[in-house]
Amino acid sequence: MTLGFDADTSNEIPNLFAPRRSRIFVGRRGVVASTISCVLILGIVVSVLFVAPGGASFRHVFFDPHEMWVAWVGDPRRGILAIKDGLVTNIWMFLVSEVLVLFLGLALAWTRMSQSPVLLPFRILATGYTDIFRGIPLLLVVFMVGYGLPALQFGFLSSQSFAIYGVISLTLTYSAYVSEVFRAGILSVPNGQLLAARSLGLTHASTMRRVTLPQAIRTVIPPLLNDFISLQKDTALVSVLGAVEATRAAQIAVSVDFNESGLTVAALFFLVLTIPMTRFTDHLLEKDRARRLVSSL
Amino acid sequence: MNDVVLELNAVVKRFDDHEVLRGVSLQLRRHEVVCLIGASGSGKSTLLRCANMLETIDGGSVSLFGQSLLDPRVDPDLVRRHIGMVFQSFNLFPHLSVLDNVLLGPVRALKRKKSDARDEALALLDRIGLRDRADDFPDHLSGGQQQRVAIVRSLAMRPDLLLLDEVTSALDPTLVGEVLDLLSDLANQGTTMLIATHEMNFARDVAHQIAYLDQGVLVEQGTPDQIFNAAQHASTRNFLERVR
Repeated sequence: MTLGFDADTSNEIPNLFAPRRSRIFVGRRGVVASTISCVLILGIVVSVLFVAPGGASFRHVFFDPHEMWVAWVGDPRRGILAIKDGLVTNIWMFLVSEVLVLFLGLALAWTRMSQSPVLLPFRILATGYTDIFRGIPLLLVVFMVGYGLPALQFGFLSSQSFAIYGVISLTLTYSAYVSEVFRAGILSVPNGQLLAARSLGLTHASTMRRVTLPQAIRTVIPPLLNDFISLQKDTALVSVLGAVEATRAAQIAVSVDFNESGLTVAALFFLVLTIPMTRFTDHLLEKDRARRLVSSL
Repeated sequence: MNDVVLELNAVVKRFDDHEVLRGVSLQLRRHEVVCLIGASGSGKSTLLRCANMLETIDGGSVSLFGQSLLDPRVDPDLVRRHIGMVFQSFNLFPHLSVLDNVLLGPVRALKRKKSDARDEALALLDRIGLRDRADDFPDHLSGGQQQRVAIVRSLAMRPDLLLLDEVTSALDPTLVGEVLDLLSDLANQGTTMLIATHEMNFARDVAHQIAYLDQGVLVEQGTPDQIFNAAQHASTRNFLERVR
């Protein structure tokens, strides 16, 4: 009984050469091609601003250099608040929130993964917490905290600035996301590592601290930074309370001068804040990928 | 003097409906080396894990130094500090240097002073010729070196008993020798060991007792001479015939 394939007896040499069109963009010609392609596509996008019937007024409304400058530095006599000052509020709000989120997120993840029967109520609470705050839109949380806490008339909790309520809202919501990031990272540590640590007589807590967490951190950092980028942008939502941050300052400029250029300025500076972070995250992901490739050899 | 270190009595272990251990009894005395042989899936690894409480048992009893491990007052962490375990896949901690891998148990579980533990760890690494690699990370070592570090990591706890779970099965054939040599040294120095292994020649050389497991049943136990030259059971002879 022979196999289903006949032996190849034709002595024909197979063709290994790609068709001509896929060889065009090799080497320097590739660089030239990508440059042309970039200029072309960018040109098409920008030309929409000039070709469209409303192009001229759009450019005036969103990209008026003078209005952009006024919105950036502010004009106290006319009640226009400077975006550059508002931006400082955004920056401290996200810096403080990020630190708090880190701690609360880890505490939540740790609680959800605890094993002691005594901690069962906390496990249930932590699970409920993550479900609730991942489910409610941040905008609603901002409203509830910003209007709810003052309404409580409960000591210092009810007498904070809107920016502080913003920080509380951001922390509440993002801790829920970040705790899941931590949990996924912790679960990604191979079981053999836990067996080895426990076999040495390390307790559950020591194993977590000395073996699991240090290894989980590596996996966790890129998705964590991703959430932080998102958090930085979401500081803009606190403007709905009236807290004067970049978006709010821009809105004021818009309403005084009937020109939207301030919004463009705010958008540009959010980009300035987040792009280094996004680039850094991509860099870490690439490095991590390279490390995995090496260690799997 | 009662010198029984580990005693398993009619141990039963189930995973869902599958009975992995079906009434296994085994004794291990101080300074004794017992090799567990048997096909993959015969229950060797599970038996080792029941001995250091990484698995709970569903029937029978396990005792260490005459104290039942089923007693609810027994702290598994304390039990494991007396029992070293070495795994097929080494399971060294990749984020710690070789030295820190060896130090983790003594310093964090036994709460020994780091400076004392460090001298002892370096002496142990010296014994396996890896003292100069103390500051390297595990992934820079060969498989054989990693496994020897894993053995030293267990030894640093000064265990009363060492459990070894097919420690050469994941190794390149050229690296098996260095690990088995280390185990032979340990056996000669009187280390009490329970070794699950597929290396029959090694088992014949170092073991005082050989136990043959087949589908969760301890079919036969005896000296290497009895098992390898005069096995009583057909299934033992069959197995030995196949691995030879």
